[in-house]
Amino acid sequence: MTAATNQTTVVQPLRPWRPTFSQQFARFVTVVLVVAAAAVVVLVSPLAGLAGIALVAIPLQMAVSVARSSRHGSVAARNDVATSLIWSAFLVLLVPWMSIIFTVVRRGYQAISVNFFTDDMRITAPDADLASGGIAHAIVGTLIMVAIASIVSVPLGILSGIYITEIRGRFTKVVRFIVQAMSGVPSIVAGLFIYSTLVLYNKSYSGLAGALALAVLMVPTVARTSEEVLKLVPEDLRFAGYALGSSQASNVFRIVLPTVRSGLVTSGILGVARVAGETAPLLMTAQVFLATKGNPLDGPLGSLPVVIFSFFQNGADNAVTRAWGASMVLMILITFLFALARAVSADRRRSRR
Amino acid sequence: MFSESPLEGAEITASGVGSTMREVETGRDSRNLLPSGASGLETIGAHAWFGKHHAIEDVSLRFPKSSVTGLIGPSGCGKSTFLRLLNRMHEFIPGTAFAGQVLLDGRDIYAPEVNATEIRLKVGMVFQKPNPFPSMSIADNVLAGLRLARIKTADKYMLLEDCLVRAGLWKEVKDRLKASAGSLSGGQQQRLCIARALAVKPEVLLMDEPCSALDPGSTLRVEETIVQLSEAMTIIIVTHNMQQAARVSDYCAFFLSEGGPGRVVEAGLTSTIFTNPVDPRTADYVQGRFG
Ligand SMILES: Nc1ncnc2c1ncn2[C@@H]1O[C@H](COP(=O)(O)OP(=O)(O)OP(=O)(O)O)[C@@H](O)[C@H]1O
Ligand SMILES: [Mg+2]
Repeated sequence: MTAATNQTTVVQPLRPWRPTFSQQFARFVTVVLVVAAAAVVVLVSPLAGLAGIALVAIPLQMAVSVARSSRHGSVAARNDVATSLIWSAFLVLLVPWMSIIFTVVRRGYQAISVNFFTDDMRITAPDADLASGGIAHAIVGTLIMVAIASIVSVPLGILSGIYITEIRGRFTKVVRFIVQAMSGVPSIVAGLFIYSTLVLYNKSYSGLAGALALAVLMVPTVARTSEEVLKLVPEDLRFAGYALGSSQASNVFRIVLPTVRSGLVTSGILGVARVAGETAPLLMTAQVFLATKGNPLDGPLGSLPVVIFSFFQNGADNAVTRAWGASMVLMILITFLFALARAVSADRRRSRR
Repeated sequence: MFSESPLEGAEITASGVGSTMREVETGRDSRNLLPSGASGLETIGAHAWFGKHHAIEDVSLRFPKSSVTGLIGPSGCGKSTFLRLLNRMHEFIPGTAFAGQVLLDGRDIYAPEVNATEIRLKVGMVFQKPNPFPSMSIADNVLAGLRLARIKTADKYMLLEDCLVRAGLWKEVKDRLKASAGSLSGGQQQRLCIARALAVKPEVLLMDEPCSALDPGSTLRVEETIVQLSEAMTIIIVTHNMQQAARVSDYCAFFLSEGGPGRVVEAGLTSTIFTNPVDPRTADYVQGRFG
């Protein structure tokens, strides 16, 4: 009857909820067998290709999981069906996504070299040898225009989100309606709008005009998503702030916004994602420019989507390779910007005093 | 700090309660049950509505300076609603309405020229559910009121320690002041909210069931804090715990709704309410026979 705690065994931390190695192995073997069986079926039947295998393998895998889990009851069986469905959906979506990345890399990697990042197309023809020329002008132009568009539209979008959720003023419905209507504006109309105002007025294309066309497209995305994010802030927190004698402004800027910082960063990221690949509005506002320059006010400005477009239009082998290479750079650049935004916002939180 | 002599207060109390007992029985006016202090908080004929729903009817109560008043009554009788009237938090709920007067040191806090923000700085509040700011560290939460209302303090660290000690949280968090407030347990979060409310040094502190999420030890610590704070602060505490009301409060008000709007059935010295109440419903409630 002595207390069990007198024992001197050292207790190891365990994770009994994790599947054991043999369970995982069994699951893996089942999936392999199912896919192999599906391949056999495809070989001997009129079904063909990857799609045929998926068509056989997915229901087969579900049947196998039901058979295996039904001894644990119908709830477990249903759970397993749902799990296989979700995995299948994930795999089905993964295929086109991976194939896009794979295609871009496969066809564009030959264009990648040092000069591709440091040189521009000022003295190089689009179909010239890949050892000369590059897209530095387009990278710089895209960065400048996306940066200006973000500086204009992220604050504007977040402010209109704040107006709708925090101030709830008399024009809330109007603002929300306009934001909704704006998010339906086709990008070419945004370009046309800036063209018919800024470009015609200045009698010149410019990087700024391009940036503003992008901003027109970006504001509604940022406004919509930041509104949704701000709605998630519990009312309790606002009350807590007010009960401490806070003004509405302090409450919004010191409590509400910091609480959803990462959500607001996401809304900015979605805005950038919305516009970074836009081609039509830039063709009408920033036009084409082949030399590297940093001044958005001084005439036309090159950009990645526009160089991709014009390389493809050229049609020569080297030009098309350059187009794929530029697409690859655009994708990497956007991914890098997103990672940067995440890192900056996470860093701020940790080092805050 | 201790501007009022406790003896003086007691004298006023005795005469105030004795002279107005009759009025309760007629149900006309419960206002004078609590002694009339020169300063403090007072409501006169306060009503509250949520849309069409009449939640509180004709509540007149006086909360003298440096006293603790317990608000008791069954769930849904309007205690939280009444508290929110006292620091102008009621108006944040869309569709609400109010009638009557709330006087802070003789000044109507609902007068048009009054700045509600300023009132909330003087009348602090601890909510029924803990609501620390998740984006801030533990230390920043305690000092949040200073930053929000732009108050300057000479020694932030002293204030931080003082508030956390008084809320009974210091020992548990002194080594992790920079950690996120979300990493605390529910009871710890509630004590953090109490510390946060203390940091801005309000004149009046409203506490809505502050101990409902706390263990007996923390409850005791918070009750000691309440008694200690009441030397310099007016405290109004809603509680469902009769022993707690008896332990910490000088006065008690019993709210009841009986299907219609909530009203004050009886108010007076805590000792009277608990040992010798006038209304039989009060007796039933404090002895746990209903509610
Ligand atoms: N936001 C609201 N909207 C509509 N009605 C409300 C709201 N808050 C409270 N009420 C109603 O007002 C009445 C009083 O509610 P209140 O929260 O003040 O009760 P309480 O005495 O604090 O109860 P408890 O002890 O359960 O906290 C209840 O009938 C409730 O349904
Ligand atoms: Mg309540």
